[in-house]
Amino acid sequence: MTAVALPIAARLRRGASRSRLGLLLDAVFSSGLFVGTFLGVLALGLLLWTVYDRGWERLASDPSGFFANFVSRFPARAGIKAALYGTAWLMGLTALFSFPIGVGAAVYLEEFAPRNRLTSFVEANIANLAGVPSVVYGILGLGVFVRFMRMGPSLLAGGLTLALMSLPLIIIAARESLRAVPVSIRLAAYALGATKWQAVRHHVLPAAMPGTMTGVILSLSRAIGETAPLIVIGAAVSIFNTPDDVRDPFSALPVLIFNWTSRPQPAFAEAAAAAGIVLLAMLLAMNTVAIFLRKRFATRW
Amino acid sequence: MAIPLQAPDIGIARRRSRPGERVIVGLLALCGLLSVLVTVGIVLVLAGEAARFFAKVPIVDFLTGTRWAPSGGRVDAGEFGVLPLINGSLMIAAGSLLVGLPLGLATAVYLSEYAPARVRGIVKPVLEILAGIPTVVVGFFALNFITPSLLRPVFGEGRVFIFNAAAGAIAVGLMILPVIASISEDAMRAVPNALREAAFGMGASRRVVALRVVMPAALSGITASVILGVSRAVGETMAVTIAAGNTPRLTTNFFESIQTLTAYIAQTVSGEAAAGSTRYQSLFAVGATLFVITLGMNLLSIRLVRRFRQAYQ
Repeated sequence: MTAVALPIAARLRRGASRSRLGLLLDAVFSSGLFVGTFLGVLALGLLLWTVYDRGWERLASDPSGFFANFVSRFPARAGIKAALYGTAWLMGLTALFSFPIGVGAAVYLEEFAPRNRLTSFVEANIANLAGVPSVVYGILGLGVFVRFMRMGPSLLAGGLTLALMSLPLIIIAARESLRAVPVSIRLAAYALGATKWQAVRHHVLPAAMPGTMTGVILSLSRAIGETAPLIVIGAAVSIFNTPDDVRDPFSALPVLIFNWTSRPQPAFAEAAAAAGIVLLAMLLAMNTVAIFLRKRFATRW
Repeated sequence: MAIPLQAPDIGIARRRSRPGERVIVGLLALCGLLSVLVTVGIVLVLAGEAARFFAKVPIVDFLTGTRWAPSGGRVDAGEFGVLPLINGSLMIAAGSLLVGLPLGLATAVYLSEYAPARVRGIVKPVLEILAGIPTVVVGFFALNFITPSLLRPVFGEGRVFIFNAAAGAIAVGLMILPVIASISEDAMRAVPNALREAAFGMGASRRVVALRVVMPAALSGITASVILGVSRAVGETMAVTIAAGNTPRLTTNFFESIQTLTAYIAQTVSGEAAAGSTRYQSLFAVGATLFVITLGMNLLSIRLVRRFRQAYQ
């Protein structure tokens, strides 16, 4: 658009009011918006500071003990070893189940599914599942995995529950990155005689992988921070060995933080904050990897 | 719109697939259908145990009863009127909206209409971080900061209980803030610039453009974000379990301890209710109530979002 210089407009500031009252309201409105935005940022700062302030001393005074000890009823001797192992196992199991199934579902819906009512039903269903509260996934896990399939409150039941919970988010993220791969890539593959699956397998999917991985890691970091579904399926706190099988009972960092937060002794609140620092650091690391993948490997078409 | 990016139909691809490819596509389709199975599973599990519960406790008593007092221990009795729990969930939802709606909306308008690109580049990631903080950590913050350092100094030690609905509501408000901000901002940015330019051309100020042009045009998206926020608030478990207490009661006092639907589930399960007992089955009845409420709101919000996506394309 070419700008036509208007003599009157030149004397008026674009987007400002013309009256004194209007100018005052402009100022009130825009500063209100700024303060509102700033309050959200401030809240995040306060939250992080509170956790750091309460927990850092506990973490820094005896880091090796905190990581290497099991839980104890004496707060000074309590550590997070079992919870840390449990969370690591859960992360692996959740990724193992949700990544292939989520990407498979995304590929099917984006590349192969016929445009019919069944497909749109499946799509609507996924959108709804993304909004189901996590505690309800816990009830699902309790009913199906723990009781019906008799897995008990095991790592396997926990991993499957978290995997089902993260599926919708992974499918949505993977579909978005598949959609971003231009049609020309597919056409070029077809022109060389590729079948539809070959085009997807060798060209579309690799091109969509960085975006997909970013989405997967972000959903995993959500799953790892979840407490409610794990409590519902029966994750324990008093675990005094590290799991070596998926059938073993387990503890997890968020569950331990919940337990310690609920105790009356202030020393346990400090231990909870220290464990919170560890959990937040893990999530931060995962998010950094996700952003790095997005920045470093994303293809610009 | 996705249409120009969509793969052209099979006609262009080589028609005959290689052996085994049908199996692969079949497997992929199974992955897609699994999500339907998850929904079926949720409904079956909730409905199955809830039906057994309603065989003992009439559904009318459940929905209209004003006392929630499941007996602990071996006695398999108690009163199961769900209204106190629903009241608790609604208090949290309303209170969190009081925090999350003004802040979220201000953030959305600021980011979409006012903020320079550099500020956007800072605020958006901050919101993403806020959205990603584990709820149990937010609960810790509510119990160890919001109640002792914010509510009690302002409203008085005597009035504010250690566990109180207000702290839970503020904490949940911080959690739904990013939801409201990001969906509303999407909706506002989807409003075509031509509308803004037309208003500027008539001499409107930025404030008037934001309030009278952009926000009305983005109304369905903003509504969707609010409904989704409420649905999140109702489904939030850990922050309210930690900070808002576990005392089911019909109250409107935000400084008292309450119990929400979700907190009851979390508390009952960690209390190890024996399978088969009424208390154990009540878990599923409460879960079903929660599922129905959130499902209704999610359906509504998805519908509204679809409307603003279509309106200007």
